Amino acid sequence: MTLSPPLATGEVKKVATRAAYGEALLALGGQRDDVIVFDADLSGSTKTKAFGQAYPDRFFNFGVAEANMMGTAAGLASLGRQVVFASSFAMFATGKAWEQLRQCVCVPNLNVKVCATHAGLTVGEDGKSHQMLEDITLMRAIPNMKVIVPADATEARAAVLAAVDIPGPVYIRLSRASTRVILGDDYRFELGRGTVLRDGTDLAICACGVEVPEALDAAELLFAKGIDARVINLSTVDPMDEELVATAARECGAILTVEEHQIRGGLGDAVAQAVVKHCPVPMGMVGMDGEFGQSGPPNDLLAHYGLDAKGIAARAEELLQRKG
Amino acid sequence: MTLSSDRMQELQAIAQRVRVDIVSMVHAAKCGHPGGPLGMADFMTVLFMEHLNLTTENLDDPGRDRFVLGNGHTCAGYYALLSAKGLIPHDELLTFRKLGSRLQGHPHRTPEMGIDFSTGSLGTGLSAAAGMALGARLNGTNAHVYCTSSDGDSQEGQIWEAATSAAHFELSNLTVIVDFNNIQIDGKMREIMNVRDLRAKYEAFGWNALDVDGHDMEALDQAFSDTRNAAMPTAIIAHTIIGKGVGFMEDTSSWHGVAPDDEQLAVALAELGATG
Ligand SMILES: Cc1ncc(C[n+]2csc(CCOP(=O)(O)OP(=O)(O)O)c2C)c(N)n1
Ligand SMILES: [Mg+2]
Repeated sequence: MTLSPPLATGEVKKVATRAAYGEALLALGGQRDDVIVFDADLSGSTKTKAFGQAYPDRFFNFGVAEANMMGTAAGLASLGRQVVFASSFAMFATGKAWEQLRQCVCVPNLNVKVCATHAGLTVGEDGKSHQMLEDITLMRAIPNMKVIVPADATEARAAVLAAVDIPGPVYIRLSRASTRVILGDDYRFELGRGTVLRDGTDLAICACGVEVPEALDAAELLFAKGIDARVINLSTVDPMDEELVATAARECGAILTVEEHQIRGGLGDAVAQAVVKHCPVPMGMVGMDGEFGQSGPPNDLLAHYGLDAKGIAARAEELLQRKG
Repeated sequence: MTLSSDRMQELQAIAQRVRVDIVSMVHAAKCGHPGGPLGMADFMTVLFMEHLNLTTENLDDPGRDRFVLGNGHTCAGYYALLSAKGLIPHDELLTFRKLGSRLQGHPHRTPEMGIDFSTGSLGTGLSAAAGMALGARLNGTNAHVYCTSSDGDSQEGQIWEAATSAAHFELSNLTVIVDFNNIQIDGKMREIMNVRDLRAKYEAFGWNALDVDGHDMEALDQAFSDTRNAAMPTAIIAHTIIGKGVGFMEDTSSWHGVAPDDEQLAVALAELGATG
């Protein structure tokens, strides 16, 4: 079993994963001159702006034209000399440019890293047109695309720094809202490797992104009721850490997945595929169940749709009823 | 027919009230987009109060005009004008962007409020409006379809696919009004991604196109009247100042998507003549 990394200790820090992306990108810019950054009129929000100011010759703003941005990234990457980081909101990076990503980036397997911010409900008041809840599905469906959903700022930074050396296309899903930093500074990101953040054997809660801190809190609520939940951070949704999931299924006998995303095609489906293949056990999937979001404050939205710690804990108890 | 000077004064007063609503709504929501709709308030007022055939009585009439807010982030002004037309209770405006509100952060199709289409993703509005114009023709109605766009929206490729097909299908019952303010989120449009001469572009695509001062109500009124008799779809390039009416919000990208705090609201309201 993968060892748990030490969790962050001391004062609670809240940082958005998009902020960590901006910092990591700036650091990469200083280390490597083959790093090129593209944006589509959202550089202040996606946090690519700092890179653009430090390295203006390697930063290109395409305006509001995401499909063109991705197509151009593919062409540039095809020369084999540069690594292109292309950013927009998750809605537009994957929605507007899905076919460019499939045909032009993933079919020829090119070195384009799509770092998309403002994913999920925690976009908040902009509402359903901006709350991307289908991007994990869209990205993991494409061959060659690696899909990473960092749990916090520490992991976002590590994943971005790692992505530059991962061959081929990578999708990194980032958030607007500031969320709790849970991983310690010596956390090491490895593509395709999940990590157990809390041990337990009554059920395993597998989460990604902003739902990882919520899952940890849910485990505390459950513990107070005498239920010992294992919490697993599955930040790489594709390729899935099948071994870790299979072990959890065997040892805990029930698996609950949690994602700030539609349950159709997302983390839950990816985990279910591993569970069905290796060790079928009862499963529950927490996520958006076939509806769009709406305007509202991020935390209120998570609570409204049952994606906060309380909602997760309730679903865990339901699942335990079904565990043989 | 030109506007009487009395009517002109009324329209100016309505546009000013719309501006007051915009800053008040965004302030109450503590987030949102004040700049764009302040700049659009003059042409939106002329369109909604003088030309768009949409009322509380004809909501269900399949032959009534349609409207699509292509630059959906500017919806505070749209909601304020629907309220001016009696389609949204004025009190409800302050629920803007709150959990459970009908007044979503970007427009959501809500027939009972006269919101004909969901927008928010740029580039999508004009195609939808063209579809409505095609439908009006297929259904044998005289409905005219109005769609807003913007300089930022004009950077999306889909706009130019819509422009090509609307001319090809000779959708003369379609009018796009482009909020051309030289501003987008990351800065001045001409520096970020210059869309250049939109009138010339729409003309080259086969449209009837004209440049208008987006704060000259007389000229706007004339432009909207002419579009009803055009043989081809019409593009009105409305040259505006983003933030118009609130000095500190004018001609800057800084107020594209930021809410005024209490003090800034007071300054804005005073300037709009709405204190006390
Ligand atoms: C497809 C898409 N990409 C990006 C955005 C984010 N966005 C919202 S408004 C905007 C700037 C658009 O420029 P413009 O409409 O001219 O802005 P304004 O003049 O109102 O400031 C952007 C990039 C979006 N809503 N849709
Ligand atoms: Mg603009």
